[in-house]
Amino acid sequence: MLGTGIVQGFAITARNFVGSFHDPARFVTVQYPEEPAPVTENYRNFPFLIYDAEDDPMGTLRCVACRICEKECPPQCIYIVPDIDEKGKPRKHPRVFDLDVSVCMSCQICVEVCPFDAIKMDQVFALAATDRFDGLLQRKEQLAKPNRYFHQIHPAEAAEVDARLVGERTQAEEKARAMAAAKLAAATGASAAQPPLPGA
Amino acid sequence: MRADLNVPAAGNGIAAPPEAFSVDPPAPFDSTGPRIRPVRDEFHGDLLEVSMGPHHPSTHGVFRMVVTLDGETIVKLKPVFGYLHRNHEKLGEATTYLSSMPYTDRLDYFCAMTNNWAYALAVEKLAGLSVPPRAEYLRVILAELTRLLNHTCLAGFLLQDCGASGTPLMYAFREREKILDLFEALSGSRMMCNFQRFGGCRVDAPTGWLDAARRVAEGYPRFLDEFEGLITGNEIVMARTQGVGRLPAALAISAGVTGPMLRAAGVAYDLRKVDGYGYYPRFDFRVPFGGDGDTYDRYMIRILEMRESVAILQQALRDVPAGPVMDPKARLRGFRPKPGEAYGRIEGPKGEIGFYLISDGGPNPYRYRVRAPSFVNLTILEDLCLGHTVADAVIILGSIDIVLGEVDR
Repeated sequence: MLGTGIVQGFAITARNFVGSFHDPARFVTVQYPEEPAPVTENYRNFPFLIYDAEDDPMGTLRCVACRICEKECPPQCIYIVPDIDEKGKPRKHPRVFDLDVSVCMSCQICVEVCPFDAIKMDQVFALAATDRFDGLLQRKEQLAKPNRYFHQIHPAEAAEVDARLVGERTQAEEKARAMAAAKLAAATGASAAQPPLPGA
Repeated sequence: MRADLNVPAAGNGIAAPPEAFSVDPPAPFDSTGPRIRPVRDEFHGDLLEVSMGPHHPSTHGVFRMVVTLDGETIVKLKPVFGYLHRNHEKLGEATTYLSSMPYTDRLDYFCAMTNNWAYALAVEKLAGLSVPPRAEYLRVILAELTRLLNHTCLAGFLLQDCGASGTPLMYAFREREKILDLFEALSGSRMMCNFQRFGGCRVDAPTGWLDAARRVAEGYPRFLDEFEGLITGNEIVMARTQGVGRLPAALAISAGVTGPMLRAAGVAYDLRKVDGYGYYPRFDFRVPFGGDGDTYDRYMIRILEMRESVAILQQALRDVPAGPVMDPKARLRGFRPKPGEAYGRIEGPKGEIGFYLISDGGPNPYRYRVRAPSFVNLTILEDLCLGHTVADAVIILGSIDIVLGEVDR
C-alpha cells in the first residue's frame, strides 16, 4: 500500500523520541556548560612547557632550547631564542619561547620530537577572550605549567615519563660515578682494592 | 618538473593496471537516443544561468555549480571549485615527510585515518619500511571505522538534501559521535587524527579501547536496521532518487571514477580486493555492486558496504595480535628516503585515494601529488545532471559524496 514506508518511518522517529526520555543510547546531548563535557586522557589541544619545581618555575623548565620542536613544527608556530651568557656559551634555557596559538594545529609533532620531555599537550579548549588578539601569542610564562598539572591531565603518560626520566637520571649518575672512579684509579695508579675512606 | 632530475625507471607501486578487471571493454555510447546537448550559443537567451554556491547549504562545502536552466531543467552545468585551495601539494615540497602527515588529515577532513594510511603507505613503499602485524590490524580497524562514519554521514546528508530537514542526519551523527569518541581516546583528536606514521602507528591503543571498539561494532547493525527502516522503503526517497543521475559503467570507467560510485554503476573494482594492500586478504568480506548506477543505488551500496565493514571490524577486533605498533627501523627525525618514486593508494570511503611521491634524497619530497577521489568523481557531474531538475542536481551531488578539502587540496 502506498505510504507504508512513510508510516514505518514515523514509527521509528516516534520510538526515538519517546526512547530519548528513558534510554541513554537515544539521548546523547550533554548540557554543556552545566554538565562538563568529558574528555579522554589522550585528548590534546595546544602544547605547554613543563617545569619540575613549583617554587622556581622558570629555573626548572625542562626545555633546553635545542630548537628541535621549532624546526619540526609543520606550520612553524614556535619561536625560540636560546639564553646565551656573557661569554657566548648557550645556557640550556630559552630566553624566549613563543607559541602562536592561532597558527598551532595541535598536531603533537613537537611533543613527539622533543628529546627532553619538555613540551607536552594540554587539554584547554575554553580559551575565549574579550579582546580580539588577546591570548593569541603565548609566551614562556603563560606556557609553563608544573609537572603536577601534567599528572592531572595525562596520568598514565606522566607516570611513564617520570619513570623514564628517573631511570635516565640514575643511569647518568651511575655512569658519572663509574667514570669518576676510573679516573681516580688511573690518577693514583694504585690497585682498585683500596679500603674506603672513613666517613665517605 | 626539471628535465635533469634522474628518477630510477622501476618505481615503487607504479605498476600496470591490474588484469583482474572483470568487466567487458567499454561499449560505445548510445548516441541514437534523445540526449540534451549542452548549450553554448547566444541564440538561447531564454535560458537562465544560475550560480548554485559557493555559499550554499547543500553543496557539501564551498563548491559552485553554474547551471543553465530551461525552466527548471538543467541544460548545462559547469562545476567551479578552488575556493578551498590551500597549496597542499606545494607545501608538501616545503615540509618534511613527517610534517606533511597532519596536513593529510585535512584533505578529506571526514576521513582522516584513511588519508593518513594512504600517505604512510606511499612513504613506506618509497623508503622500504615494513609494518608490524598489530599496526596493520589497527590500520584496518581504523579504516573500517572511518568507512562506517563516512557512509553514515553520507546517508544522513543525502536525506538532508532530499528535504528531511535534519532528523536522519542527526541520527547518523549520533552514531558518528561514538566512533569519534573512539578516535579521540586513541589519537587525541576527533577528526584531525595524525595517527599513522611511516612504519606503523604513532601509539598503541590504550587499555579498554579495543573493547569499546567492539561494543561500537556490535551496536552498529541495530542502528543500520533502524536507519534502513526509516529510509530505504520510504516512498518519497525512492521517488526522488530512483532513476536520477544514472551513471553508465562505460562512462564511469572512462572518467576514472572510483569507489562506491563506480561499484554502483556495476563495475567490479574494489582496491581492497584488487590490490590487497595491508592485511585485507585475511578478512572475509563481500563487495556489493549496483545494477542501475542511479542515486538510489549509490545510497544502497553504501548501506551494504557499512554492513560489510561491520563484518570486517568484528573479524579484525577478534584477531588483533599483541606486539609493537612501530617498525623499529623507522626514524622520526632525519628521515631521508633514497631517490625514487612511489605511488601508494587505498580504497578510501570515497574512492581511490593515492599519493604519488618523488624523492630526491632530501628531507622534503621533490614532488608530492595527491590523487583525490572526490576531484576525479566530480568530472562527470554535468553528464549526470543534464535533463534533471535543480532539486535533482543537489541530490546527485550529494550522492557523489564530495569533500571540498580533497577536491581543492
